[in-house]
Amino acid sequence: MTTSVSMHKGIQPPTSARPTALDWIKINLFSSWLNTLLTLFSVTLIYVILRGALGWAFTEANWAVIPAKLRLLLVGQYPSAVAGEVDYVWRVSLCLYILAAIIGLHWGASGRSGERYITALALLPVLMALIPVVYHLAVRPEGHTLGAAFLLALQILALDLVGLVGWLIGRWRGRRFIRLAAILWILYFPLVIVLVRGFGADYREGITPFASVPTRLWGGLLLSLLLAIVGIVFSFPIGVALALGRRSKLVVIRALSVIYIEFIRGVPLISLLFIGSLMLNLFMPSGISFDGVVRAMVVITLFSAAYLAENVRGGLQCIPKGQYEAASAIGLGGFQTMFFIILPQALRAVIPVMMGQFIGLFKDTSLVAIVGLLDLLGIAGGVIADPNYLGTQREVLLFISLFYFAFSYALSYTSRRIETNLGVGTR
Amino acid sequence: MTSNITQRKGIPFWRDERVLQWITQALVLGVVIAVILYLYGNMVASLEALGLPLSLEFLSLQSGFDISQHLIAYSRTSTYLQALSVGFLNTLLVAVLGIIGATVLGVVIGVASLSSNILVNRLARIYTEIFRNIPLLVFLIFWYRGFFLKLPSVQDASEFGPILLSNRGVAIPWGIAGLTFPAYRLILLAGFILAVVSALFLRQRGQRTGRMPFSTLGGLAVFLGVALLGWVLLPAAPLTIDLPALPETGFNILGGKNLTSEFIAVLSGLVLYTAAFIGEVVRAGIQAVSKGQTEAARALGFTGFQTLRLILLPQALRVMIPPLTSQFLNLTKNSSLAVAVGYPDLVQVYGTIINQSGRAVEMTAIMMSVYLSMSLLTSGFMNWYNRRVKLEER
Repeated sequence: MTTSVSMHKGIQPPTSARPTALDWIKINLFSSWLNTLLTLFSVTLIYVILRGALGWAFTEANWAVIPAKLRLLLVGQYPSAVAGEVDYVWRVSLCLYILAAIIGLHWGASGRSGERYITALALLPVLMALIPVVYHLAVRPEGHTLGAAFLLALQILALDLVGLVGWLIGRWRGRRFIRLAAILWILYFPLVIVLVRGFGADYREGITPFASVPTRLWGGLLLSLLLAIVGIVFSFPIGVALALGRRSKLVVIRALSVIYIEFIRGVPLISLLFIGSLMLNLFMPSGISFDGVVRAMVVITLFSAAYLAENVRGGLQCIPKGQYEAASAIGLGGFQTMFFIILPQALRAVIPVMMGQFIGLFKDTSLVAIVGLLDLLGIAGGVIADPNYLGTQREVLLFISLFYFAFSYALSYTSRRIETNLGVGTR
Repeated sequence: MTSNITQRKGIPFWRDERVLQWITQALVLGVVIAVILYLYGNMVASLEALGLPLSLEFLSLQSGFDISQHLIAYSRTSTYLQALSVGFLNTLLVAVLGIIGATVLGVVIGVASLSSNILVNRLARIYTEIFRNIPLLVFLIFWYRGFFLKLPSVQDASEFGPILLSNRGVAIPWGIAGLTFPAYRLILLAGFILAVVSALFLRQRGQRTGRMPFSTLGGLAVFLGVALLGWVLLPAAPLTIDLPALPETGFNILGGKNLTSEFIAVLSGLVLYTAAFIGEVVRAGIQAVSKGQTEAARALGFTGFQTLRLILLPQALRVMIPPLTSQFLNLTKNSSLAVAVGYPDLVQVYGTIINQSGRAVEMTAIMMSVYLSMSLLTSGFMNWYNRRVKLEER
């Protein structure tokens, strides 16, 4: 600890600044009587909450419902071998593997060693297998549910391995693959929709591996994620267009954009979803009707676009006038100025806000459960109502909260990384 | 074809930017109007096929359903319009109480997340992260079905002082108005006016003398004094406190005021959820005030509380108002999720009326205009306040 060397005679090395554990406790927890009170209060609070939560989780809770209903919660009614149909769930898994590969590739190509994250990813399957084992040893519930947990852990391990392969490839080619990764990201989301939707003949006559699965069979986490993906992908161009419209010099276009944005932002999403579910078919000529999932997708996209437009407008407003003047000085036209000079800067400036909005969008997809769609929350409602698992509200809802939390947290983490990588706010 | 006419006029009209702009705008407007008319035409045709032409007359029909919580007189013989008002008032109640509660809790969370006490600020950060990453709807349903409905039944309700918690709701002490209550209300009104007058007087004196005016404190003291004096001087107490009690038999708590589980779940759920977001706003606002301000205030001899009250908070508030506005608006709109736990708010009444009358279009129009006007009113008020406190630059 005291390895500092005094360079000149007579200059004393600084006294050891490193506090002992006791000092640390005193500085951080008991620096004044108010702090001492707050510490005591917090400790009591933590104790009460933990005692209640752990006591419940290990004695009262009936966790058997989770492995029993796991498939339902993840993919809903998507045709699978377990339900006695031709299995198409592998297409969903394929999407996940591709995702893992792209993430790995991007990671490797951007030259990040990221040992901490690799360790974390490697530990994840172990943890996934360990938690049920510990639970079994501690509680000894009836029935065997360990198999499902191990299977899940194995699948996560496989995902990790695919990611590792992608990482190695990215590592091998280095930064030259960054562009490839970006293109893959853009292609990925339409690909997911195509893979999940399938094409051609209906799945019941399904002999082809890519037979189409109608949207009404999408459910669970799959549906929640797809609603979010569709919302993000399609609301982006609409939102940018609305933002440009709101700043347009043309009176009519500006007025229409303002009316649209303010109207959508002024009403709750649930009322728009009600319009979608109760009234959209009224607006269509007779004979044309959409099923519930498509209607929800349309509503979520249109809703999200209005909020996105406001965020993009914020970005447009912070572009100094000099940029426009410089662009026209070097002879760029209106469209060129917008698309090559202004928008790239404006969009970069609002990435954090937009990521925040996308997190909100993902959370908002849970509202479709109110209009009767079977997303993660909708399926959870069905599971709770299952007479075999009565009284499992807490278990099921906590479990799905975990999913929402994990995805939202991952998104917000990514957004912070992008922020630092792009140097938003520091340039 | 390009004759010398165009050359004489300069730019041909199909390349004149102003003309082109007007043509584009006219085209866009035309397309939008055409689409709207087309959709409207479809809607009218479908409605007529259903035998439900557009009209608002159904609002005066008898509703025929009960609403568990009503702030105004309501029964199943009341009209649809009255049912809607009940729903609207319930929404308003949750929104107003929610905004107050979320602001108070949010300030606590925001200040706590800046605390030097590591335990306190970690707790506040964890709280914020949990609520920022879990959908409100999932939390509300968990809160209602996993907590409030799992409370013990009325017979063995848990007691927290005078408050009784059971799966039927939360029973709190409530005042019952006595004979002298109308008179007491007048006294309170007089006390309020007196308090405002004395606060204004104190503030003026403060500005004249340069001392701390204590106008809020003084006004409050005057009001409380009048209220207390009135209570003592009236021949009989205007309110008698009614404590809730466990029933010997039956399923209803005796006395007090029973707040339904739905109401409490929605209100506390909204408060807990929005407080996390308001906490972030408060934290950002306080951090936005530069440290030099605190130091300068100290150098001028301000005390700690004075620094907070006169230097830090006014400046932090200025940064906080726009994001706070959007949080308040979010809370108001999020109160529509109350429908998921069965709280009879506007959206639930709307759903019931549509089920009974089939008037989806009219009801949707009514509901959306109500939310829209609430949003516009709130943002209008906050914009006015924002202008009042914003920085006056030279």
